Order: sequence, then structure tokens, then C-alpha cells
Amino acid sequence: MTQTSQIASEPLLALEGISKSFPGVRALRNVSLSLEQGEIHALLGENGAGKSTIIKIMGGIQSQDEGQIFLNGKECHFSSYKDAISAGIGIVFQEFSLIPELDAVDNIFLGREMRNALGFSRKNEMTRIAQGIFERLGVRTRFDVPVARLSVAEQQFVEIAKALSLDVQVLILDEPTATLTPTEAELLFNVMRQLRDQGIGIFFVSHHLEEIFEICDRITVLRDGARVGVLKTSECTMDHLVERMVGRKIENTFPPKPALNIAERILEAENIRFVSNGHPNSFYLREGEILGFAGLVGSGRTETALALIGALPCPGKTVRIEGREVSMGNPAQALRHGIGILPESRKTEGLILGFSIRDNISINNLAQYTRPIGTIDTAREKRKTQELMSAVRIKAPSDETTVVSLSGGNQQKVVIARWLNRRSRILIFDEPTRGIDVGARAEIYTLMRNLTAEGYAIIMISSELPEIVGMCDRVAVFSHGVITTVLEGDAISSEEVMRHATASVKKFAVDALSA
Amino acid sequence: MQQQALKSSQSMHSLLERYRASKFARSTAFLPAVGLFVVVACMIALNSRFLSFGNLENVARQVSINAIISVGMTFAILTGGIDLSVGAVMALAGTITAGLLVSGLNAGLAILAGLGVGALFGAGNGVCIARLGMPPIIVTLASMSIARGLGLIYTNGYPISGLPDWFAFIGRGKVLGIQTPILIMFVVYALAYLLLQRMPTGRYIYAIGGNEEAVRLSGIDSRKYKIIVYLIGGFTAALAGVVLSSRLMSGQPNAGVGFELDAIAAVVLGGTSISGGRGSIIGTLIGAMLLGVLNNGLNLLEVSPYVQNVIKGAIILLAIFISRQRGTASAH
Repeated sequence: MTQTSQIASEPLLALEGISKSFPGVRALRNVSLSLEQGEIHALLGENGAGKSTIIKIMGGIQSQDEGQIFLNGKECHFSSYKDAISAGIGIVFQEFSLIPELDAVDNIFLGREMRNALGFSRKNEMTRIAQGIFERLGVRTRFDVPVARLSVAEQQFVEIAKALSLDVQVLILDEPTATLTPTEAELLFNVMRQLRDQGIGIFFVSHHLEEIFEICDRITVLRDGARVGVLKTSECTMDHLVERMVGRKIENTFPPKPALNIAERILEAENIRFVSNGHPNSFYLREGEILGFAGLVGSGRTETALALIGALPCPGKTVRIEGREVSMGNPAQALRHGIGILPESRKTEGLILGFSIRDNISINNLAQYTRPIGTIDTAREKRKTQELMSAVRIKAPSDETTVVSLSGGNQQKVVIARWLNRRSRILIFDEPTRGIDVGARAEIYTLMRNLTAEGYAIIMISSELPEIVGMCDRVAVFSHGVITTVLEGDAISSEEVMRHATASVKKFAVDALSA
Repeated sequence: MQQQALKSSQSMHSLLERYRASKFARSTAFLPAVGLFVVVACMIALNSRFLSFGNLENVARQVSINAIISVGMTFAILTGGIDLSVGAVMALAGTITAGLLVSGLNAGLAILAGLGVGALFGAGNGVCIARLGMPPIIVTLASMSIARGLGLIYTNGYPISGLPDWFAFIGRGKVLGIQTPILIMFVVYALAYLLLQRMPTGRYIYAIGGNEEAVRLSGIDSRKYKIIVYLIGGFTAALAGVVLSSRLMSGQPNAGVGFELDAIAAVVLGGTSISGGRGSIIGTLIGAMLLGVLNNGLNLLEVSPYVQNVIKGAIILLAIFISRQRGTASAH
């Protein structure tokens, strides 16, 4: 009797005591998860809370340092994604893994094509099976065009169909709605309900709380790599969830914010849009302040900054520096007007990895060392580089060290030093502490405050709420490409920022109309 | 006893380490220099005539044309691009200079016109690549065809002869006992070295090959420098064309077929990374000399030209294989 009830209560997929560390970071600490058959289960947490890592562990893409995975009560060891698939776990990643030039059928059967005796592909048979899967999903798509020509939602369904064609029992959807319109998302939810009713267990990752309340049965909340709660959706409220998500004491030591003074506006930007028919955003930046750009990943923060400096085309914008209108068609013009950017990805956009610290710092400032005959005074360049290195405290054997061998924090400081060398007075820091350990973070925070004290003004784009709350004098909150609010002073709190970041734009548009 | 052996092997090891860390050994021109040394040593061992002054001068002169073209190719490859039009542009510039000289135009103007056409072609390549975002290999493939065609149109397909006698000075003359083409080659290399190693423009060229997006976001107008790079490529090709016309004392519309491949070979043998960002102009000079010495040596050894092609190809493969091994070894 007891045995049967045990079998009945056995979860479809269970993770027990999973821990995982990366150099300098403990990504997961003793996390346990369970997924029942026919359940839609939300994984909720801020960026960096450990959701992606745990998904990768479930999919065999990364291996856990500690802990066990049970599927139908049997312990499993996945050494690759392939292992996980054959065990019955399918993942639809945030970034699609479809091959854009192939049609849906070829994508679904990629690597497992059905062939006849002569080795030719049995396209008709595969198409029939694919059609069957789509019928099961209750959606239609075109099979005769490359998937690149399908809508994002349709591509998503192709991804899901691909996972289902593998006969999965567990389906993991990593932020599937991030790129969908509300109608498309509704379609996806219907598909998810269908699958649930067919007994498939689904992990669903989304930052949009309304969506979670609409579709999920249970919610696991992760924070800082640890599980902080498992809740039944029917038994909790949105406020409760937000508090769980962000409700930590801010452990990072942020330097004190200076008293809010009414400083001059150093930068005014109007009608900034990063797609031609997008919402025109306007904002300003005051001397000596840190303005945060908060919002979810993909909410348009980085794009807005790039459009401001002309790295993305943005016709019709108006930019004023100290009240004077300037033209800012490309980053070179932005540099001349004293705006510098610390890009989101320091490795692909910030640094020339194979080059020395010196080359990287002085790249946009060589004129300073150039003799009248046009050659570079390397001795002067070296001296100045060493000065800057000690000013921002780059720890490296010498200025000749290639930046690829530096730690993340030191790499970030190299990019910062580049702009200090230019005396660019407006700095845009895009995710300045991403992938950086706690000690180096504190150093970067202090450096930022020292800069603002000297009159630099900083726009900080960050996905980390504590950082936004702890560092910013004002915060512009983005949702779906729109600055929905600008918070100032005491009004800046994690809950408030999260509330505006997850606000649906539909609601905002209505507000804007009625205002 | 064992300890001693261990100690001495350790000190050997550290000596080796120190040598490996030295600037020269780390430079991309190191392996090519070793390669040149080995090939020269082989040639000396195999044939006594190789080391004569006359023969060495001969090698240097034969190398000069390819070496001059390879300067522009080095610039293009350093930015991560390529320039396939150099051979055709060389022929076009050579025939234009020859044609204008025969028509009686002032000598200086005729040469300038040839060089100008080359630079213009290069700048055109640069604009298509940098401003219009077209891929370098396609742009220069197209302009190769255009330049070749224009040269044939200009000459009606026949070589232009009857050049004034003094013009032979550029291709065959001597200055201070040095053959003029060799002197021109060294001047071009000296200027290119100065530009690449000592001036901001050179730094940008390397940086664009290293990470163009980072260069752009740090406020450098990377497009401008890419145009300059291809302009230089067209100019050096045209300069080689003028030297060649002078050496042959005629404007040959069909000259330089396949020269772009020799130039790429020289650059790559010289240790420059085909994906850009790493390499040196000195390496290219060494690469061009390596090819020249091979040509000359194999000729002296009376190896059939057919076989020579196979050997050259094999050596290029071997060189890249060795440099890749070294590259992956140092990356870890």
C-alpha cells in the first residue's frame, strides 16, 4: 500500500542538492527541483540567479559539481545534450538553434534524417511525421519555406516540434515569450496546455510574472544560485513573488550616494529609437550622476545607448551636450563630443583580445603621443599607460601583457582606462560587472563613484537589481523598448523597478493615451 | 648525479624559456626567418653557384616586383581582408604609363598617371568594402576583372613598345651600385614599416584585424582606414607595374596573371595571420625572398617548372602547418 503511493508520488524529474561553481562564482548552491508529470513549472529568478546553469545541467551541457538527477526515480548521468535527449529531456533555448536556410522538416530531423535504401532522404515520410506533431500542437506552419521566413513564433513552434519529435517527457522552455507578441504568446500557452494534458512535464522560464500566473502550476524561485522557495501559483500573489525574488539584503558594499544636488544637464537626448518605427525615448543626464537603465534582457537598453552614440542608425534624434545641439552619426563623433562606451560584451566589442594592455588603452588616443613628424612616442605612451593602470588599479605584470590573459575585472578596467585617457566626460557602462567576482565589483563601484565625484556622468545599463538600486541616482526603467518610468532618490527600490520592468507595454500604452 | 643532470636540464629549459620569451622569438617573423635561413643553407649546399654575388643580385631583382605588390597585400590581410585585384591593377598601371610615354607625355606625369590609376582602383575597392559593406574577396575579384579588361581595351590587347630609352632606368638601372628595382623595394618596405609600426594608422590597421567592432565602438572611424588600406594596395600594385614596364621596356596588358596568389603566398609565408590582426611587413619581405630563393634555387638545380609548382605548394602547406602548431601551443 505504502509502496504504491510512493510510486504515485514519484516526480517525473527530480534534481537533488545540485551545486555548481565556476572560477570566482558559485552559480548554484544545493538546489533541488522537482517536476511532476503533466505540470507546468516556472523557474523564476533575476538574471544571474542560476536559471541558465540549472537548465544546462538538466540538459547535460554542463555537469554539476555535486548532486543527483533522477528521471522517473532512476538516477541519470548526462555527459552531453545528446544523452539528455535520449533520456527524454528536450530544451528550447533562448537563442534558437535552427538553421535558417533549411525548412521546418529538415530542421526537425537535422542529424536524424530518414533515408531509404539508396541513401536518399525520405522527405515525404518526414513531412508526414512533422505534420503529425504540428497537429498535436494544434498550430499550423509552412513546411515549404526556409525557417528564416517564418515568424519568430512559428520558429519557436518548430523548435518545440523538434523537441517533441524526440519523444520527450520533459520540455524546458527558456524565456520562450521574450520575443513573442502577446497574441503569439497566447498561442504558445495553448500549445503548452495541450502538452501538459498529454502528460509532459514543462519547465518554463519567464520574467513576466503575469505569464507565470496565467499558465504555471507551481513556481520555484531561485536567488543567488540558491532555491528560496517552491510555491503553488494558486496560493501566492505577485507581490509575494517579487519579494521572494529580490528580497535579499543588499550584501554588496556600494559606496554611499552623494547628496542629490541639482546639477546641470550635461546630456539631453530626444527621440532615440533603435528600430525605425519604435517608440521614441527621451532622457537626460546630469553632471556627476549615475543614471541607471534598468529592465529585462531584451528590453532595449543597450540598443538605446548604441542609437544615442550613433553605433546604430537613428534618424531624427536630437542630442544636446551642455545645451548645445550636436550631431552624433557614429561613435567617432560621439568620441569627439566626449561620450565613451564600455560595451556589454567586453570580449567581442570592448577589447582587442590579442593586443597588449597598452595598445588597448591608447587605441583611441594615439594623437596625444604622436610627434609632429607623425610617429608615435612609445616611451610617452608607455609612461601614460602605466599611470592609468595604477589609477584604475589594473593588476598585470606589465603594460605589454596581452589582455586575453587578464581576469574579467582587470579587462573591464582596461576599457575604462581607455576612456579616462580621453577625458570623455559622459560614460556609458553596459553591464559593467557581468562575469566579475565580488571583490572586483566593489572596486568598479568605487571607481564609478570617484569618477562622478570628479564630474563625470555615467549611464549604467544593468540587469542586476541590487546594483541598480545601490549605485544609481536615477533609474530609467525599460519595458519592451519603452522607458516606462524614471525613478529618483528614495523611489528607487527593487520592487518598484521590477514592477515597471515587468509591466506590459499594452498597459503602458493605455496609460500614455489616457495621460 | 641524477640531481645534477636534472639541474642542468632545468637550466637548459629556463634558457630555452627565456629565449622563447624574447621579443624576436615571439614576433611573427621569427619562423619565416628560420625558414629562409634553412632554405638558403640547403641551396648553398646543393649548388655552388647560388652564393655568387651575381646570382644573389638576380634573386633580389626577381623578388622585387612580387615584394612590392605584397606590401599592399600585407595591409589588406592585416585588416582581415584580401586584395585579388593587384595583378590586374599592376598590368593596367603599367600599360597606361607605357602608353602615355609613347604618346609623348611628360615622363613624370605619365608615371604619376599610372600610379594614380592604381591608387584610384584601390580606393574604389576600399569604398565598396568599407562603406558599402561588400566582402573584400568579391569586390577585388570583380575589380580584378574590370582592371584586366580596361588594360586590354586600352592596348587593344597588344603590348605597347617603343618606350623612350631613359625609362629603362627604373627597371634596369643602378643607383649607387644598387639596382633600381631593389632600391625601390627597400624604400617601399621602409615606408611601410614606418607606417605600420610607428604611426597611429598602422596601429588602427592591426586593431581592425584584431577586433573591428571594438575599434569602431572606441570611436575610431575604421571605415576610413580600410579605404586607406586598399588605396595603398592599389598604389603598390601600380608601382610594381611601372617597374615591370620599365624592365620589359613595354606595357604588357597580360602581365601579372596570378601575381595576387604569389603575393598572398609571400604574406602568409611571412607569418601574417590570414584572419588579420597579427603579422609584420618584415615577415612579408622574408616571405617574398623565400619564394624567390626557392624559384632561383630550383631553377639552378634544373628542376622542371611543373615540379617546382608542386614543391612551392607543398612548402606553403608545411609552413602554415608549422605556424599553426606553434600558434596553438602558445595559446595554451
